[in-house]
Amino acid sequence: MNGKVRLTIDGQEIFAEKGADLIDVAREHGVYIPHLCYTGDRGKCLGTCRVCTIRWKRHYVAACVLKTEEGMELTVHTPELSDLRKGLVELLFVEGNHFCPSCEKSGDCKLQALGYRLEMKAPRFHYRFNNREIDFSADKILFEHNRCILCKRCTHKFMDDEGQRVFYFKGKGTDLEVTMSIDRANGLSDDLVDRLVALCPVGAILKKGKGFDRPYGSRKYDRSAIGTDIEE
Amino acid sequence: MAQKKTLATTSLAGCFGCHMSFLDMDTRLIDFFELVELDKSPLNDIKEFTRKIDIGFIEGGVCNTENVRALRSFRKNCRILVCVGECAIMGGLPALRNNIPLQECLEEAYIKVPTTQTHEATIPNHEDIPKILDKVYPCHEVVKIDHYIPGCPPSADTLWATLTALVEGREPSLDYGLLKYD
Repeated sequence: MNGKVRLTIDGQEIFAEKGADLIDVAREHGVYIPHLCYTGDRGKCLGTCRVCTIRWKRHYVAACVLKTEEGMELTVHTPELSDLRKGLVELLFVEGNHFCPSCEKSGDCKLQALGYRLEMKAPRFHYRFNNREIDFSADKILFEHNRCILCKRCTHKFMDDEGQRVFYFKGKGTDLEVTMSIDRANGLSDDLVDRLVALCPVGAILKKGKGFDRPYGSRKYDRSAIGTDIEE
Repeated sequence: MAQKKTLATTSLAGCFGCHMSFLDMDTRLIDFFELVELDKSPLNDIKEFTRKIDIGFIEGGVCNTENVRALRSFRKNCRILVCVGECAIMGGLPALRNNIPLQECLEEAYIKVPTTQTHEATIPNHEDIPKILDKVYPCHEVVKIDHYIPGCPPSADTLWATLTALVEGREPSLDYGLLKYD
């Protein structure tokens, strides 16, 4: 038993178990900290997207790597932090080729939902128009590298039936990309493929032969912003 | 009665879907045109600027030299310039050619296309034909843009909310559900 600690989020006093994941504690107390790569499975955090950046002790830190400690004073929602998060989301948009009208994940995409929540109308940065391939080689999966944000969810949080990784990182720096083991990908059951597609926060990993399956207005983020279910 | 605001519109590398969405405001257009006078636009076929315009409505990205000229002309003649739709904001569908070499695109369109008669196959090249750019560019990479209305196309409600705000001199704000990228 770790015992309870006292901390504040935007001045709101919170009592939580010591060493708990901060994003989860905030969620339990009705505070939504925007995030993309965080999966909330209490495993090792990924810390790749930085969208969950908050202020602690005058520093900017990714909330997903923080565990609750006694006396923490955290700032989550300020215009400055919202703009910083919006800037990070904008960078992800210009770094890939995110053309929402032709994306099967549109309406269910976390990156897009964050763009809506943070009121991004147009990125302030130049589009890179990177030239990336689409990997059709697996039987059930299509990997659209143009939409991949390199969040590490598929490489670190997804295993096949035998507990083996299916996705890996390849290359370094601007050449970094996700690659997959075709044999292991072909061995995945339909249920696992569905879980995998849901795990991908964007439209990079898609199930072959599925396409657009729901009309506008009935998709996950059509009617309410991401995080509003936590804040209610 | 206060003087009406003026509106000019154009479609660069776009499909006119944003203009169709504008017309989709339906009966609200009657109220809109109580406040606004339509100047240079493909809707009324006025081709040249003859005065300073209050609001410029830009649909489509920039894919050739004529688009660059038209966009710069809009910037010069409009006090407020609004990018409408995904193509104007990020190149959109036409920008899918951005990673294909230009020569390959032109050959696919004019030489290899099944309907071309082989002995007549040629890539058009005349001084009167605008030169195609290496890539399709978002409008804000060519001139300064004041406001953006995302969507493919933006809904009539989204256009109504933004344009009426601009006409009335307010900062446009969109309720959740009106800001869409698809």
